[in-house]
Amino acid sequence: MAEEVKVFRSWGSPFSYRVELALRLKGVAYEYIEEDLSNKSTLLLEYNPVHKKVPVLLHHGKPIAESLLILEYIEETWQENPILPKDPRERAVARFWCRFLDDKVSEMFALWMSCWTEGETQQNFMEQAKECLHLLEEELKGKKFFGGDSIGMVDIAASSIAHWLGVLEEVAGISLLDEEKYPNLCKWTEEFLKSDAVMECLPKRANLLALFQTRKQAISSVK
Amino acid sequence: MAEEVKLLGRRLSPFSTRVAIALNVKEVSYEFVKVEIFGQKSEILLECNPVYKKIPVLIHHGKPICESMIILQYIDDVWTRNPSILPSHPYYRAIARFWVTYIDNNLLITIWGMMMAASKEAAKEAAGRAAEILQTLEEAFKQCSQGKDFFGGDAIGYLDIALGSFLGPLKAGEKLSNVEIFDEKTVPLLVGWAERFSKLDAVKEVLADAEEYIEMVQSMNDGVPTV
Repeated sequence: MAEEVKVFRSWGSPFSYRVELALRLKGVAYEYIEEDLSNKSTLLLEYNPVHKKVPVLLHHGKPIAESLLILEYIEETWQENPILPKDPRERAVARFWCRFLDDKVSEMFALWMSCWTEGETQQNFMEQAKECLHLLEEELKGKKFFGGDSIGMVDIAASSIAHWLGVLEEVAGISLLDEEKYPNLCKWTEEFLKSDAVMECLPKRANLLALFQTRKQAISSVK
Repeated sequence: MAEEVKLLGRRLSPFSTRVAIALNVKEVSYEFVKVEIFGQKSEILLECNPVYKKIPVLIHHGKPICESMIILQYIDDVWTRNPSILPSHPYYRAIARFWVTYIDNNLLITIWGMMMAASKEAAKEAAGRAAEILQTLEEAFKQCSQGKDFFGGDAIGYLDIALGSFLGPLKAGEKLSNVEIFDEKTVPLLVGWAERFSKLDAVKEVLADAEEYIEMVQSMNDGVPTV
């Protein structure tokens, strides 16, 4: 019953992508509602009054907001193809890395900010971003995916590294995900992008490029 | 076997208090290891939490678990006897997690602002923002408690522990910034909840009160407490 599960999303958002990927990996049919973030729908504002953001998952008419919380909900509701390990300690480790990938004041934020800043500010963000990539590189040692042999919650949380990061690097004219320095992460990206579920709902690179280039121009023109 | 479970923390860290309360709720014996977090951090902390170098860290069977709310979920996963810390239904689990994220991302910084404000204006601004957030949490209490004593219903749970651990700093912030925002007129449900929370056996020994936080702030030398 596809109409039971709805996702309020924005096509270019890596956060709403996480939710769609998780649903596809579990074989859950859903309907998506595209949101124009500059003109949010009344429904979205009703379902996420606190943050007014995408993604929001609607299940049996009940809304759940925040991408990582939605991933936990999806895991707990649909038991096929688990995205979290069963062992409590391994679950805690997976949640730790999800949090690391999501923390707005951590080095992950630096990855994003490296692409929108210039000069010394940019250099500082790039240094932080590299430390973050290094930690993820270490975590991947000996594993095909963060989740082990198959894609798990941490891999889903890290999707922006597999696809969005490359686009941002091109727009900003910088290089962060260097194959020499981060061979594990680069191999992981290749493996990740081989998955059908991953590719089915991934936004087209050309479209993302256009989106971020427009944004970059808008920011530059404000100066 | 108390030595199987260790909590690296400090009494005045509300994050480590969260874990202490959760362990008490589950009646798990543990050893509390006070660590240095200002200046030269304890060796054991740097070993156990190399990424963030922060407390609390739970050490179970010699292995570390970091981040207070992740530790709470771990405790619930390992010690499965009642009471549960997280609600049983996925939707209510999501609601509890949502409000904890909201508290961690929004409320805490305002409490810190109230405690450490350099000027009257800064204190008032922090207090104003905190008051708005408390109003939202008052509504959340109505939604989650469904008329019962706690966010978790009849017993305390994930959200009660997350918010309740910050009652001491919140009240200290009020005194230090000379504003009243956690009062019966504006947030009656939360005030009632706080009183019930603070009296619980699992809570009262480990919950530091406002005076302890005020003493800590007043003892600070260059932002580092000397008590």
